[in-house]
Amino acid sequence: MIEIGLTHYLVLSTILFAIGLFGVMRRKNLLLLFFATEILLNSVNIAFAAISHYYGDLTGQLFAFFVIAIAASEVAVGLGLLIVWHKRHGNINLDKMSTMRG
Amino acid sequence: MELYLYLALFSPLAGSLFAALFGASPKTIVAGVVPSVLLFVSFVSSTILLLHILSGGDAVHVEMMTWMATGNLYIPFGFVVDQVSVTMMMVVTIVSTIVHVYSIGYMDHDKGFNRFFSYLSAFVFSMMVLVMSDNFAGLFIGWEGVGLCSWLLIGFWYEKESATWAANEAFIMNRIADLGMLIGIFLVYWNTGTLQYDKAFAEMQHLDTAILAWMGIFLFIGAMGKSAQFPLHTWLADAMEGPTPVSALIHAATMVTAGVYLVVRANPLYDLIPHVGLFIASLGAFVALFAASMALVNRDMKRIIAYSTLSQLGYMFVAAGLGAYWVALFHLMAHAFFKALLFLGAGNVMHAMHNELDPFKMGGLRKVMKGTFIMMTLASVALAGIYPLAGFWSKDLILEVAMIEHHYIIYSVLLFTAGLTAFYSFRLVALVFHGEERYKLFGVHPHEAYKFMLIAMSPLLILAIIAGAFKMTYFEMVTQVLPATEYHIHSALTYWIMTIGTQLFVILAIAYAYKKYQVAKEDPAMEKRLCYKILINQYYIPYFYEEYLVKPYRELSTIFWKQVDMKIVDATVDGIAKTIYATGEKTREMQSGNLSTMLKWMVAGTVGLLSLAVVFGLAARYSDEIKVFLSGLGV
Repeated sequence: MIEIGLTHYLVLSTILFAIGLFGVMRRKNLLLLFFATEILLNSVNIAFAAISHYYGDLTGQLFAFFVIAIAASEVAVGLGLLIVWHKRHGNINLDKMSTMRG
Repeated sequence: MELYLYLALFSPLAGSLFAALFGASPKTIVAGVVPSVLLFVSFVSSTILLLHILSGGDAVHVEMMTWMATGNLYIPFGFVVDQVSVTMMMVVTIVSTIVHVYSIGYMDHDKGFNRFFSYLSAFVFSMMVLVMSDNFAGLFIGWEGVGLCSWLLIGFWYEKESATWAANEAFIMNRIADLGMLIGIFLVYWNTGTLQYDKAFAEMQHLDTAILAWMGIFLFIGAMGKSAQFPLHTWLADAMEGPTPVSALIHAATMVTAGVYLVVRANPLYDLIPHVGLFIASLGAFVALFAASMALVNRDMKRIIAYSTLSQLGYMFVAAGLGAYWVALFHLMAHAFFKALLFLGAGNVMHAMHNELDPFKMGGLRKVMKGTFIMMTLASVALAGIYPLAGFWSKDLILEVAMIEHHYIIYSVLLFTAGLTAFYSFRLVALVFHGEERYKLFGVHPHEAYKFMLIAMSPLLILAIIAGAFKMTYFEMVTQVLPATEYHIHSALTYWIMTIGTQLFVILAIAYAYKKYQVAKEDPAMEKRLCYKILINQYYIPYFYEEYLVKPYRELSTIFWKQVDMKIVDATVDGIAKTIYATGEKTREMQSGNLSTMLKWMVAGTVGLLSLAVVFGLAARYSDEIKVFLSGLGV
């Protein structure tokens, strides 16, 4: 059985980040876009925590907490807006959201 | 004396600026009178300076201000009035004062009256700068100034296609020559380190003959353009498109003699290079004959006189080239008087005949234009060189110089030309003033010019008659700065044979002209002859220039325009603009307002920036290796 080291965490973080990035680019559903954003943020959190542990420095983990807090508030605001949008337009399709088209 | 120097120099400028104030308004008599008065002031100041010099005073030398001072280069605005420049100043101010007064009458009905005087005075100012400057740079400024004014005045009637064409021709031909002149000036500066005449000429004594020869040649190319020597001569005849007073002042008396003045001024240089001098003399003799032959058959009054000017300039260059600088200057002076008179007379005739220029359509004008008739006849006598008028003293002297210097070919060419000169001058007089009144056929009622115009011309007449009397005074004065070679034929017998022979030859030519043209009939037999055709077409030189220089040049320009300019230069500039437009057109689609697309671009941007960061990070880490690699490539 192999030892799970920093590299594994970073590879996991990169894979998650790639998935998140793919989601951000491909998803047309606003709710799924939020999911993708969460994946992005959490992939970064994994990297933070892993590096922090590796160096024995708590700053990274502390930063991860901040990211979690910001992500929570972002989702709260985002979901609120999403619900209002859905009430008004009956859909949450990104392609339809182009009232400010230049 | 400095005050008089400045007065002489700047009064014409003041006159020009004054007349320019009225440039756009209709004819204002004061715009003609004030410049004339100011020119008279200039004339009086020049006379005072002349008297000062004559009474044995030193040359007046002032340095008005520093013009350029950088490193070793120091060029001041300096002016000098010595024996040579005072002669030129007198010629310029006398002739220009007279021409100004005359023009008040001549330009009477012209709507460009005020403008004309502004240009004319500006010309006089430039000419004064040219002759009074004490260095080559100032001379060049004046040189270009007179060129500009000449262009303005030849093209004075700019509505006329031919006038603008002639103006441009004169300007462009002079530019070609001025390039030579400029190279000459550069050579002088390069080798002597200064442009001041006295210092430069003193320095030249130590220089190599080859370098001096190049200096002399390039300076002479400039003189060739201004003085319309072959092969840059065609502009002078075409310059007759300008108003006649302009022809009298610029294209007979003053500007065209600037080339002679330059050679005379640079006499220490040309003394060191006699072979170039001989070339100048030979070219002069050739031009004298060449121009006189064209004058023989021409049917345009002003062009005949213009060719005559060309021919006389040739005489001056013969004298200057053979080292008889004072003789050249003396002939310049005498020629200025009678040639200006001849032109002004021709102006009267033109006015009387309503701008008709063909003497074959005139005839018998002596009855209605007595004053003009007398003046033009006397001017022609002076030009022909009959004793005791001005032309005799100056022109015979040039013949004697050629004889004494043992240049017998030049001598015989000049002697023959003297006969031609007499012939074409009196051909003109006979055609215009004698014979039947052919103008009646054309319904013209000629009238004499205004009285004051004739009175204004009279000083020129007097000078044309008596100028010869000043020969010895003049010789004593001017030879203080010019080589004092007296030209005497040693044997009295030879002298008398030569003089009387020349006189007889000239008188015979005059008699023949009268006999042939007393009754002016068209001579179709003569007009069919080959030599007539060659002469009337000016040896086909204008045709040659047009066909073999102007047209190929135009073709070449068209090719450059269409192939190089349009297809390369323009295409490049347009291409840049089009690329930017196209880029904008394409990238505009990025701004679709669609969140999903924007997010994609955001990701793309992030990836781009990240990869840049990686590249730079790697470059920073391996900078040493990269340097080694690049130096291996030879960068």
